[in-house]
Amino acid sequence: MEGDGAHRGTDAQVVACPDGPFLVRGDVEIVTPDGEPIPRRRSTVALCRCGMSTIKPFCDGTHRLTGFRTD
Amino acid sequence: MRIPESRGAASAALFEVFRSVPGTPEAARARAELESAVDEAIEASSAIVRDEDLQLTLFCMYELAYGGIDGVADLEWDPGLIAVRSGIEAAFEAELRTTVPVPPRPEPNGADLAAALFELTAPTPGPSLSRFVAKQATDEQLHEFLVQRSVYTLKEADPHSWAIPRLRGRAKAALVEIQADEYGGGRPQRIHAEIFARTLRGAGLSDEYGHYVDHVPAITLASLNQMSMFGLHRRLRGAVVGHLAAFEMTSALPNRMFGNGFRRLGYDEDVTWYFDEHVEADAVHEQIAARDLAGGLVDSNPELLDDILFGAAASLVVDGWMAEHILSCWTAGRSSLRVPLVVAA
Repeated sequence: MEGDGAHRGTDAQVVACPDGPFLVRGDVEIVTPDGEPIPRRRSTVALCRCGMSTIKPFCDGTHRLTGFRTD
Repeated sequence: MRIPESRGAASAALFEVFRSVPGTPEAARARAELESAVDEAIEASSAIVRDEDLQLTLFCMYELAYGGIDGVADLEWDPGLIAVRSGIEAAFEAELRTTVPVPPRPEPNGADLAAALFELTAPTPGPSLSRFVAKQATDEQLHEFLVQRSVYTLKEADPHSWAIPRLRGRAKAALVEIQADEYGGGRPQRIHAEIFARTLRGAGLSDEYGHYVDHVPAITLASLNQMSMFGLHRRLRGAVVGHLAAFEMTSALPNRMFGNGFRRLGYDEDVTWYFDEHVEADAVHEQIAARDLAGGLVDSNPELLDDILFGAAASLVVDGWMAEHILSCWTAGRSSLRVPLVVAA
């Protein structure tokens, strides 16, 4: 994984954004169900929560078009 | 960047100052001419945001604080030029404060401000530059689009970085988190401005900073000058934060369409990487910008709420005017550039 030293020694954090994605910071590996790593190109990523992203598992902002609500 | 072509008495006098030897009678004459030409241009201008001469003058003065201008002495902190710049800035800011409609004021806390910013930047249906680029733009128009974007995007993120030492705590960490990503996370080839340079080269355009300044109209320069003005004044730190938040919050979806427009005409990943990168990056940045940057700033400094909203609204309005200009020219079958582009086949 690229740039994975940046958060060593810090806790990983997942932020549940209201009406939006999960923001993931810190040393977390994202993998497929088979355990294959999914390349993570930036130190903080947003994971799709509405199911409509065209770049899953990452968020592409589509939730803002569909009126996705988290509560 | 080379000294561009002048667009009136003010920019002509500024370039005379740039070219004259400091301390000579010629330099003194050019400085006196600059002061009076700027005063007259401000007095005569009905819309500074669309004034070719004043926007170019302001742009070139700001450039002294960025990459500099070829052959020009160290005039960044020259008191005479700063005084002239302040005069244009005061008129420009006053005009923006009267013409930009500011949204309803939320309660001065991070959660309510973030909600208000998401509301303000909600995607709108109907004609837009991004839809036109995705579905209809010709190859020539795509080249124009890149030229229009090049003046800012070859130094993407730089105007907002001026704000970093002016913030503290949550807002500062958020701004640095966004900017670090803009600057490639330590990898020079991933700096967004460098990825855009690759797009320009892939489309057969120059990636030299400022190469197309003579081609772009005042409204394009105004879009960048507004960011520089907000970024370079500590007093306007709320506005620069609001500006970045609105910019990031209206970026992911249009960039997908921009990328689709270039794919439609057969451009490869070298050209589309920039746009695709921004779909993923700005879906992250918009959350951080709304909640931690703008939200963090209002939580620590509630008195900045109005300036944050002003900066956000000004970003959307001025960039909206720029997009309207381009779209209206294209739909009328005209070039959106001041000087037509000649692209080598």
